[in-house]
Amino acid sequence: MVKFEYLNPKSLKELPDLLSKKQDESIVLAGGTDLLDLLKERLIEPKRVINIKNIKDLHGIKNGSGLELGALTTITEIAADPRIQKKYSVLAQAAESIGTPQLRNMGTIGGNLCQRPRCWYYRGRQYPCLKKGGAKCYAAEGWNQYHAIFGGGPSYIVHPSDAAPALQALGASLKVFGPSGSDEIPLEEFFELPIDNLRGENVLQANEIITHISIPEPAAGTRSTFLKFREKQSMDFAISSVAAILQMQGNRVKSADIVLGGVAPIPWRAKDAEAELQGKALSSETIEKAATAAVAGATPMSHNSYKIQLTQNLVRRALQHLAKA
Amino acid sequence: MAKWKSLDQMSILSRHYPRLDAPDKVTGQAKYVYDQSPKGMLFGTILSSPHPAAKIVKIDDSKVRKLPGVKAVLTDVHPTGTIRYVGEEIAAVAATTYEIAEDALDLFQVEYEVLPFAADLNTAMKDGAPRVFSDRSNFRDPRVRGEGDIEAGFTEADEIIESEFRTQVQTHSCLEPHGSMAMWEGDELIVWDSTQAVHGVREGLAKFLEMPVNKVRVICEHMGGGFGSKLQAGRYSAIAAQLAKQANAPVKLMLTRKQDFMTVGNRPNSIAKIKIGAKKDGRVTAFSAVSHGTAGIGTNARTRLPIVYDIPNWKHEHYDVFTNAGPARAFRAPGCPQGCFAMEQVMDEIAEKIGMNPLEFRLKNDTNQTRQKEWKIGADKIGWNSRNTKPGSDSGPVKRGLGMGGSIWWPGGRGTQASMRIYPDGGVEVRCGTQDIGTGTRTIVAAIAAEELGLQIHQIKPMVGDSDYPRSGGSGGSTTAPSVAPAIKNTAEKAKTKLGELAAQHFGVEPAQIKWQKDSLSVVGMQNKKLKWKELCSLLETEPLELNGEWVEGLSSAGVAGCQFAEVAVDTETGRINVEKVVAVADCGLILNRLTTESQVNGAVIQGISYALYENRLMDPITGGQLNADFENYKIVGSMEVPEIEVILYDEPERGVIGIGEPPTIPTAAAIANAFYNATGVRLHELPMTPDKVLIALAAGKED
Repeated sequence: MVKFEYLNPKSLKELPDLLSKKQDESIVLAGGTDLLDLLKERLIEPKRVINIKNIKDLHGIKNGSGLELGALTTITEIAADPRIQKKYSVLAQAAESIGTPQLRNMGTIGGNLCQRPRCWYYRGRQYPCLKKGGAKCYAAEGWNQYHAIFGGGPSYIVHPSDAAPALQALGASLKVFGPSGSDEIPLEEFFELPIDNLRGENVLQANEIITHISIPEPAAGTRSTFLKFREKQSMDFAISSVAAILQMQGNRVKSADIVLGGVAPIPWRAKDAEAELQGKALSSETIEKAATAAVAGATPMSHNSYKIQLTQNLVRRALQHLAKA
Repeated sequence: MAKWKSLDQMSILSRHYPRLDAPDKVTGQAKYVYDQSPKGMLFGTILSSPHPAAKIVKIDDSKVRKLPGVKAVLTDVHPTGTIRYVGEEIAAVAATTYEIAEDALDLFQVEYEVLPFAADLNTAMKDGAPRVFSDRSNFRDPRVRGEGDIEAGFTEADEIIESEFRTQVQTHSCLEPHGSMAMWEGDELIVWDSTQAVHGVREGLAKFLEMPVNKVRVICEHMGGGFGSKLQAGRYSAIAAQLAKQANAPVKLMLTRKQDFMTVGNRPNSIAKIKIGAKKDGRVTAFSAVSHGTAGIGTNARTRLPIVYDIPNWKHEHYDVFTNAGPARAFRAPGCPQGCFAMEQVMDEIAEKIGMNPLEFRLKNDTNQTRQKEWKIGADKIGWNSRNTKPGSDSGPVKRGLGMGGSIWWPGGRGTQASMRIYPDGGVEVRCGTQDIGTGTRTIVAAIAAEELGLQIHQIKPMVGDSDYPRSGGSGGSTTAPSVAPAIKNTAEKAKTKLGELAAQHFGVEPAQIKWQKDSLSVVGMQNKKLKWKELCSLLETEPLELNGEWVEGLSSAGVAGCQFAEVAVDTETGRINVEKVVAVADCGLILNRLTTESQVNGAVIQGISYALYENRLMDPITGGQLNADFENYKIVGSMEVPEIEVILYDEPERGVIGIGEPPTIPTAAAIANAFYNATGVRLHELPMTPDKVLIALAAGKED
């Protein structure tokens, strides 16, 4: 069993002294749905586990112009919020697709964004892979049917969050708290590819935490949807997912945000697909072009080429759905 | 020969009634091995080999022994020192907490000489592949079976189809992992084991530990699933016993989920090359198959072929292939789902080639009279005649289809002993050394006794799951009900005879003058000479009546036929196969409990769907261990994947009791595969039928 000191700060101010600068020396406990697995498999062996659930102001959903989510807001709270269901349906749908009811009740939105990869090699203590400081990415020569078709190398994990593509498509930004106070980071700049950050998946420093997530008010004429494909409906991570938001002006697309999940080490913005849609009417021809553009440049591995066709079909399906909305 | 009463004379059997232990199970009162915790109990753990092939050079346990809380250490648990799969037992520890016992494993310093390995079937079959056993080929000598004249059969055929099918390794994935709690009382060993065979484990453990059988007692009150993987004494049970002896304290040793996946059994995979020939009139004239499969370092990976149909000229050549993987164990209808997946698909393929409706084609070739009727019932229920007769012709991305498959099973009942104790206050105990593996055996033991004695179920106390009770066999091969039911009835009949004699003596008449009516008896022609159950039992005064009975002929039979029809909706854009409905027609002789019989069929269909679409043991080519030894990545159906299942119990009470647990899992994958073809016009030759395979097959099908 990993032995650690368990701390219960009551305010944000106490945090900087408790959090270590060194990666994995101290670790934050929110919902614990990922952290407990990491500890049990001994993928991390922190000296301190810091429970942040007693810190006020990190809970709940604030409405104003746009939305502010406390990092400790549970996935269930987000999925069940009527305002999110109505105005930010891409997020509500993404939240609803996460895990199981039990996981959604415990899991928090901040934790969802910071969760570690599900790669079966990363998750096994017996595989000293790149992400654990080892010498190779086992997925490159082993089983990789669930791995990256974009942005891979030298590690080929996919980012497991369903909420992240939805929030990124919504233009969300994160309030980050650290030793020098609060800072705001656009979600677009939060996640990092393995080529830039091999051991982690984002820019968050070991002594920083996410406190809030801000989502701007969607413009009039905005439609959104989230499609997630998983092998098991009962409980599964995405093999591929699409967060699609269209701002319509008449029958034309004023702007499009298409972010893919489950296909790259970070939520993957399908820029070419967005460009195909920009300014066009949502004809089936435009939709087809956008779907094709969404997977242009994909680089499949030995067992995951089916994800290209799957992702293309999902993007088409999402856009067809929005065209009817 | 013994006979059951007719259905109209029965008041309990063949009806719906809940299992007696249901309240205990849903309230957490039922005690599994996992729940055992006697005073002073220690926790045992096993150090597993990280290597698929290696020699143990040295085990240093000095650091382990120094860890506070460690009470016993074993370093001689491996019989040969040559490791042949990841997960093999190297050493073991017992400690005061599970956490200490787990930490202790990291302190063993083991030196290995690492050897090359072949952890999967494809690798092991390659020329020059590393040998699993250094003194033998990876291929065992073939097992060749057949009948008739195969060449003449193919010559006679108007059409011939050749096809290859592959199935995966499936693990039993019992909810309760394998494990034991062992304790010594003097030189006697008591083991609580999660098992399908209390007597078998007792005998196996006695042999392994070189002890007399009468010094070993095995208890299994409740257990969380076995499916064939818990029919034998496990090495973990012996280790628990040895640790308990060394520490002089009870030891509970439950395998971890990873160990459970890798070391205690699986269903072998298969590669089957098939050739089938038929006349234009629909008669199959010849069938040949060559199959390979791996049972890991074990044997008997046989795929059963041909299956379901009697074919006049056939030949099957099967090769077991050794791999560096945990040995297979019996798994719900061993060899059959694999064979059926191939058999029923080539039946459809050749039927299409000769232009015959698959249903008509089956009726033409199926010699089983029960199944002849079942095919028609199932076809009617699923709406076979309204199916899409042109495969793949649905418009839109989601395409629907229907398919079917047949099932078969052989064993019947066998020797079981039982005893009954009737107390002077009317209470009844029935003891039988069978075990309830979740199928409801405990409940039918009470129900049969109650039926025979004219009592209510709750008046009987059924006692099973203890090797101190009269001997019964393992709960495997769907033999439990046909083995146990006759023994219980026989015991109750004897009790009735004895009580009748007692009453005759009391009334001063001959036993032949005694007539039973439900739970009371009277003297023929003398209505005032009557005794109700309690009055009758009070004649016993102080001594309970104790009787032994056994399995007798005439109350059970062998041979099971069945069939299933599946309706699927295939999303051709995502590759998802959604099973919408399964009609399962099950042959079940005399039904003992309609509710638990239906549960058995439901469970078998659900496990069949899981086999068809999700489950797949993946061996890592780099390290040789199972990559997905967890329930996130070894995927099993969840509630959302379970379709409407219509269970049709085709009962023939005159045949007596037959087993039902295994046959309904045989045809599910085959029926789904045939339905997939009907939906898409593309045939899937490999299990599990996951989205990646579906998308690739559909893309290739379009190009054809």
